[in-house]
Amino acid sequence: MSALRRHIHPGWALVAPFLLLVAALYLGPILNILWLSVTDPEPGLGNYQKLFESDSLLRIFWTTIRICLITTVGSVFLGYSIAYAMVHCHEKQKSYMLTLLLVSFWISILVRTFSWLMLLGHRGLVNNALEGMGVIAEPIAFMRNELGVLIGMIHYMIPYAVLPLLVNMQSLDMRVMNASRNLGATGSQTFWRIYLPLTTPGIVASSLLIFILSLGFYVTPAVLGGGKVLMIAEYISVQLLVTLKWGTAAMLAGLMLFGVLAMLYIMSRFMKLSTVFGGSS
Amino acid sequence: MFEANSDKGSLQVRDVSKFFGTFCAVNGVDLEIQRGEFLTLLGPSGSGKTTLLMMIAGFLDITSGDIALDGTSISGVPAEKRNFGMVFQGYALFPHMTVRDNIGYALSVRKRPEAEIREKVDEMLDLVQLVDFADRKPGQLSGGQQQRVALARALCFEPPVLLLDEPLGALDKKLRVEVQDQLKDIHKRVGTTFIYVTHDQEEALSMSDRIVIMRDGAIEQVGTPYELYEKPANEFAAGFLGKSNFLQRADGVYALRPEKIDIRASGTGEGEPRLSGTIQSITYFGSMQRIMFLTNGGEELEVDIDSWRNRDPLEEGQSADLYWDKGAAVKLEG
Ligand SMILES: Nc1ncnc2c1ncn2[C@@H]1O[C@H](COP(=O)(O)OP(=O)(O)OP(=O)(O)O)[C@@H](O)[C@H]1O
Ligand SMILES: [Mg+2]
Repeated sequence: MSALRRHIHPGWALVAPFLLLVAALYLGPILNILWLSVTDPEPGLGNYQKLFESDSLLRIFWTTIRICLITTVGSVFLGYSIAYAMVHCHEKQKSYMLTLLLVSFWISILVRTFSWLMLLGHRGLVNNALEGMGVIAEPIAFMRNELGVLIGMIHYMIPYAVLPLLVNMQSLDMRVMNASRNLGATGSQTFWRIYLPLTTPGIVASSLLIFILSLGFYVTPAVLGGGKVLMIAEYISVQLLVTLKWGTAAMLAGLMLFGVLAMLYIMSRFMKLSTVFGGSS
Repeated sequence: MFEANSDKGSLQVRDVSKFFGTFCAVNGVDLEIQRGEFLTLLGPSGSGKTTLLMMIAGFLDITSGDIALDGTSISGVPAEKRNFGMVFQGYALFPHMTVRDNIGYALSVRKRPEAEIREKVDEMLDLVQLVDFADRKPGQLSGGQQQRVALARALCFEPPVLLLDEPLGALDKKLRVEVQDQLKDIHKRVGTTFIYVTHDQEEALSMSDRIVIMRDGAIEQVGTPYELYEKPANEFAAGFLGKSNFLQRADGVYALRPEKIDIRASGTGEGEPRLSGTIQSITYFGSMQRIMFLTNGGEELEVDIDSWRNRDPLEEGQSADLYWDKGAAVKLEG
């Protein structure tokens, strides 16, 4: 008994009530949703069967995954460049860049989404300017399509990509890169053979983070997609609020939950890898 | 066996200075380094050793002056084109590569054929006695083994000059001595010019052909370990390399090593004592004893004697006489 007590920090006793409260408030609804998915409108796996029968559902699934993948690749690529620039520029420029990054972090997603409409919409700043200069005759369709959704999502996700990469890059020992140069490697050889492998944990971490976050995107596809790009989150909300098919919505939510958990599991494996990489120079 | 380019590897450092802003980290350093030499840069922390080494390696621009390899200026040559091997403080091994890939890296980025790389790496593994560890990652090696990988990696492409920045700094005392021997041995076998940075004076004395004593970015004295120890040029050199007593005399300052003094109980020595006074304290170090001595003239001196010689023990508070051989006290410049 006392041996057991020694292993449990007394601090837990203090936070236990709140932990229980949080668990109840989170787990309760989640279980409720999972329950709904197998009971509404009738008990059984009917909701899950729809996945294989309904073409539109499948299409939504693929749209979601495609958009999430492109968003992930795009924002990690841009985020990598930004993080790289931040790590390798002067201290002062770095703090400017970090401030800008955090500012965009803090601005509401709604504001950021609508500003894209102002900028790139049919009658937006860019189209107006281009038309005014006579470069184009018709407005370019940046918005109200998949491109618009991608622009908005990638823009929103970049800070999420930068932060894990920044942490990763900052922890690198620059002497290792110097050693590579000293051994005769060119800049690009050093990048591909040393820098990139050493920043892989950061790339994996930010990719998974962004992919998971993108899956649940609602506002951006709804606004910038103009109703033409239906992603899963929006579809779930339609099922809940318009068609009132709670069972279908619960099934989709459940699937997303498990998908995310599976990816978090993979991510945790990679995070462990990252400490193996980082701690062994 | 391993053969360095024996006609290459002399280095000329001509009046090199380095400013960081207005701060002068290296101040007008002049050095001629012979090919195959083991040259040590020795100095306290912040004396500019790493900065000088980094300029030789090409990682730092020189503010003024010139560095030449075998008479040809290399000041404008980028680090990756200089072909200098370097062992970094903390080794800077590639953590994601095996020992084999680490050692072969320099050849592999030069796009040499697979077979040649293999052969050369095997030779290096043999040289540093790591044949059984070829497929491990650096994280799975001990400090001393990592150190040897770093050495093998830096030597693998047969550089004319090898730069080592406190390569043994992370090792404990016992391992240090062991690796020092291996390092000396390897230096003898490959014949490469070694430029070695340390702030461990024993290490410098035991390994180097010549030692450069640096302070505040400038050279205080250059010479063989023997010259530096026996004939220090100034108080700094005398005090930094080993210990020294400084005797103020009418014609200047003299440096006198504590172990060159003989101490006898008052009136028991032969001949005229050089100084007389009282023993302040005796500290026992096993093989030797350190005596703090106050002369009748009020000078404080440190005297080291071998424990076995202190047969009828001297005691604290006892009056005693000091003797030393002619020439043991060295007159300092300036
Ligand atoms: N990038 C830099 N910017 C400004 N000052 C620097 C820079 N690098 C080194 N210095 C300064 O130059 C001086 C010499 O530094 P250096 O690293 O060469 O010393 P060191 O002899 O190698 O010392 P240690 O034995 O502690 O390694 C120090 O006072 C240091 O603060
Ligand atoms: Mg240093």
